[in-house]
Amino acid sequence: MKLQKASLFALYAILDLASDPDRQLSATDIANNFNISTHHLAKVLRTLVRSGLVQAVRGAGGGYRFAGSINRTTLLDVIDLFETLESELDTPNSGIQTGKPIMEELQSITTEIDDLTKAVLDTITLETALNSSRLRIRHTV
Amino acid sequence: MTPQITIRNATLADLNSIIKLDSVGTEEEKPAYWSGVFDRYLEDGRNERIFLVAEIGGEAVGFIVGEVRAWEFGSPPCGWVFALGVSLKMREMSIGQLLFKELCHRLKQAGITSVRTMIDRGNKLVLSFFRSQGLRTGPYIELEKQLD
Repeated sequence: MKLQKASLFALYAILDLASDPDRQLSATDIANNFNISTHHLAKVLRTLVRSGLVQAVRGAGGGYRFAGSINRTTLLDVIDLFETLESELDTPNSGIQTGKPIMEELQSITTEIDDLTKAVLDTITLETALNSSRLRIRHTV
Repeated sequence: MTPQITIRNATLADLNSIIKLDSVGTEEEKPAYWSGVFDRYLEDGRNERIFLVAEIGGEAVGFIVGEVRAWEFGSPPCGWVFALGVSLKMREMSIGQLLFKELCHRLKQAGITSVRTMIDRGNKLVLSFFRSQGLRTGPYIELEKQLD
């Protein structure tokens, strides 16, 4: 599975913001934390704001704040805002029937993989991901 | 005020409560199944079989059942959780977490170092719960087919 850059940046931003819901961060703050493009992140944040998961705080000292439910929002909820996790098989549509069973079998296998991927991402809440991240920090220290 | 939650071993007197608690999740009462589980899991002195009940004010509000299984599917001894239920009206009070924590504690006392379970892929609630407790996809893959 290869996540699109927008999905990955959205996960970075939402987890960073959700780690302290009372805190406001600018796009630059978040981009610096992950060494990513502020310009690209700003576009991603606009989508997150439209979804209601993030709130934009205007004015001096403004920024972004987490506005969702940390124990209900899953990683897939965030990814779904940017892409559908469906493997694409670039199969020709020639109308020739000979190879059809093989093409269908390969499609069925990729669907199985996609379903497993979604089952994983749809059951990891932001809270669970953040708790696991904190455990990693503790283990590193 | 947060009510006092007690985690204790199941007793035969819990049978009807467990059947009811289980039926909330599965929408089906299974008295014969649970009678069998009580017969097998309530024996004294078997620390590889664990059947715990969460109680608030004398009422059973949750349960967890697990055991140590060894060498099935080639797996070294490992703890298995095969049933967990919490009363609908008592959700989000960490009852499942307390039950799972105590079960893990008992497994550790029995010398076990890992715990696993199997959950319907569509059961997002229970899958999310076990993930929140730190479980990840394990080294085994369940395979099945429909018999013609």
